[in-house]
Amino acid sequence: MEATTTTASSTAHLDYVLRIGDSALILGQRLAEWCGHGPVIEEDIALTNTALDLIGQARLLLSHAGHLEGKGRDEDALAFLRAEPGYRNLTICELPNEDFGRTCLRNFLFAAFQMQLWPALADSSDAQLAAIAGKSIKETRYHLQHASDWAVRLGDGTDESQARMQRALDTLWPYTAEFFSPQATDAQAEAAGIGPAWSSLAGAWEQAVLPVLEVATLKVPAATAFLSRGKEGRHSEHMGHLLAEMQYLQRAYPGARW
Amino acid sequence: MTLTAEQAWAVLARVADPEIPVISVTELGIVREVSTGAGAVEVVVTPTYSGCPATEMIERSIVEALREAGAGEVRVRTRLAPAWTTDWITAEAREKLRRYGIAPPGTAADASAARPIGFVPRVECPLCGSRNTERLSAFGATACKALYRCRDCREPFEHFKPI
Repeated sequence: MEATTTTASSTAHLDYVLRIGDSALILGQRLAEWCGHGPVIEEDIALTNTALDLIGQARLLLSHAGHLEGKGRDEDALAFLRAEPGYRNLTICELPNEDFGRTCLRNFLFAAFQMQLWPALADSSDAQLAAIAGKSIKETRYHLQHASDWAVRLGDGTDESQARMQRALDTLWPYTAEFFSPQATDAQAEAAGIGPAWSSLAGAWEQAVLPVLEVATLKVPAATAFLSRGKEGRHSEHMGHLLAEMQYLQRAYPGARW
Repeated sequence: MTLTAEQAWAVLARVADPEIPVISVTELGIVREVSTGAGAVEVVVTPTYSGCPATEMIERSIVEALREAGAGEVRVRTRLAPAWTTDWITAEAREKLRRYGIAPPGTAADASAARPIGFVPRVECPLCGSRNTERLSAFGATACKALYRCRDCREPFEHFKPI
């Protein structure tokens, strides 16, 4: 009985860290697609710098996950050699970028979520996770400021930009329900003092997000029953394409290094 | 032959940051501890940004410099907590940054304070000292910097963002 409990709680611990690390990795991969394609060079640089920070966070988190797993997998093995159901990222991170406005709006919704998560991990019983959180919050703060500025500038902008941002919010908003959907992993991670159940972050996230959307003149769509399940390893149709590109080099040339 | 901790610190004070070569890794505040013993030198480093591509290069430069100075084995250990902050950049290094044309960071507390949407912090031009400046880009050539322009002397400059 004792052994079973330990296994269940260490599986939950690994799963909890993977969710945070994979979300950073997959959004980092999406943002890296903007490299050389930004609407102006300053924004090209901003998006790719954000991608670098996210991939840096993912490296720390996936290295830690590999250590927790104890099967000898390092950050690269976890990033490049898992099959789709092994990834635990939030579905919103894998959706295509579409236009610059939608990219910024997703960055806003996700950075606002990370801004709730990082401080809540400061007292984690997992000292390494707490350390990564303490470091990452400094970066996320700049991501959130940048994305908020653009959400407002484009939302409260021209008729065209307003309409596009409203369409973007209509598309993205239903995926934010997944941030807070309750899970068995959460209850176990919370009980072990690893981190909060994500459902407990919903109120603070809304308080952070809604005032900005209001200034941006964007209307939050009504809640629906739709619930994406990326953090359980059930992904959208876009994930396979993303992985095909991200994993290509390591699959084609195993062990290739720079 | 081996090095004392004091000698090792002196060596590290000459290891330049690869992105901003006018300041050293000790002035940047990333070297947290140096210990010596049994023919080995151990250096504890706290990295800056998670995605900073210079981190690995800095570790290599530290190992090479200490080896060249006569250290036997060199170990670089990474310490994440407490997280690196621009508050650890020394006063002399801030002056060097300014002379190099990079506006030094304000305090990290300023960076974490609540701010209105669209607020852009005023930064003093490192070339002419004017505060009549504008931000051109929230991110610069590296994640740690933003790009500004002085409205008085008309020169563009970089600002080391506080974190």
